[in-house]
Amino acid sequence: MSLPATFATTKRILRQLSHDRRSVAMLLVVPSSLLTLVYSMFHNQPGRFDHIGLTLLAVFPFLTMFLITSVSMLRERTSGTLERLFTLPIGKLDLIVGYATAFSGAAILQAGIAGLVAYQLLGLDTAGSPALVVIIALSTAILGVACGLLCSAFARTEFQAVQFLPVVVLPQLLLCGLFVPIDGMATWLGHVADVLPLTHAVSALDAVGSSSDPTAAMWQDLGIVLAFAVGALAAGAATLRRRAA
Amino acid sequence: MPPRPNQCSQLSGDDYAESGRRAPAVQIDDVVVEKGRVRILDGISFTIPAGSITGLLGPSGSGKTTLMRTIVGVQAVRSGTVNVLGRTAGSAALRSSVGYVTQAPSVYGDLTVRENANYFATVLGRGRAEAERAIADVNLTHEADRLVGRMSGGQRSRASLACALLAKPELLVLDEPTVGQDPVLRRELWSQFRALADAGTTVLVSSHVMDEAARCDRLLLVRDGALLAEGTPAALCAAARTNDFEDVFLRLIDAADQKAAA
Repeated sequence: MSLPATFATTKRILRQLSHDRRSVAMLLVVPSSLLTLVYSMFHNQPGRFDHIGLTLLAVFPFLTMFLITSVSMLRERTSGTLERLFTLPIGKLDLIVGYATAFSGAAILQAGIAGLVAYQLLGLDTAGSPALVVIIALSTAILGVACGLLCSAFARTEFQAVQFLPVVVLPQLLLCGLFVPIDGMATWLGHVADVLPLTHAVSALDAVGSSSDPTAAMWQDLGIVLAFAVGALAAGAATLRRRAA
Repeated sequence: MPPRPNQCSQLSGDDYAESGRRAPAVQIDDVVVEKGRVRILDGISFTIPAGSITGLLGPSGSGKTTLMRTIVGVQAVRSGTVNVLGRTAGSAALRSSVGYVTQAPSVYGDLTVRENANYFATVLGRGRAEAERAIADVNLTHEADRLVGRMSGGQRSRASLACALLAKPELLVLDEPTVGQDPVLRRELWSQFRALADAGTTVLVSSHVMDEAARCDRLLLVRDGALLAEGTPAALCAAARTNDFEDVFLRLIDAADQKAAA
């Protein structure tokens, strides 16, 4: 691994993103706007927003980073720049870590703004520290980057890449406990939910919401999310082949 | 009247004979590449002398791009050996000494020319000075702060070329680098390739434009994944008994077809 190449890659990806002003604006503004929408939806059910708003703070980074990464990685694969990089002295790890750090950086900014809006303007109340919420949001962002990287290998066009969203993200969103508690699901479905990473992210957030000190279960959930992310990154790395057939 | 560039009479093979003293830059032996059930390269063998310009000619679909990808080490090979600068193609050690420019410009459209050049310079362990010089070499200094994606096709491929030139590679592999360029720029690019070769760089260029064949030291004619003919432009002209490169190619193909039919 070469630090200059990794750092240059991070910088390059952020620069590409910054040239696309509209995407940056949507990245930063949309989560806060949706949080405000949800806040108003539950206007007459006090306390509900504390759960749903909190959960959304970790869902947004997963969703947006998945989308952004799968499309940019697909572009990298189809434009020939990936093949060019493979003829140059840059390792796969440099590239992957470059992507992960660039988009995680963007995710922190996104989660920071959304968190600020949720806590300051919408009166979100959690027993635990908002810093923990940002850490969990960061872990789901990395998870999103990792899944996006992996899925981009199975898409040939940007259309196909976007179609992976309902396949990879939507089931996790439905089963993570945001809509119905996992206890209320059919037993087999509960088991499915238990092995999905987003479920653990939501459960970690619930722990932050209910206890003032970070619990052991919360750290365990966070560890599981990160383990999934590392696994997906490794699988994604395996799809990056210097030599194509 | 100045001689037309695609006339064989003005050519000589002397330069090539001189460069033959160094070990060959590329040695390809009996290489077979298959994509699915289609055989793209069919047991092709040749060498490319160091410090020369070798032209790779052939109809579209003949395997030129696959051959170039094989040399830069991004193509999986079914059998045969590919030796580049004394190492197996694709070795990590070759990654800073082999430059490759694909047919479609492989640069980031959402970055400026300068940002692209600086990125590839850093990856290659080169500095900003090299990046600036490469931008100047392809005549893009005044456009350096424009987004590549908003440029014309010719400018885009020059941006892509600049990102390979800045590495100062020992072997430069260029897939149709002059497509879409105007005649003035094409001449400039060719004089640059010549300067690079004179300084010791080995240049492999594929082309469809037959008058560019005359500017090479040596030609490889490929068809259906096999080598149809090789030699200096003058020697190929003599073998085909013609003075015009369009004809050289067509006659060699016809001769091969007749041989196959007989």
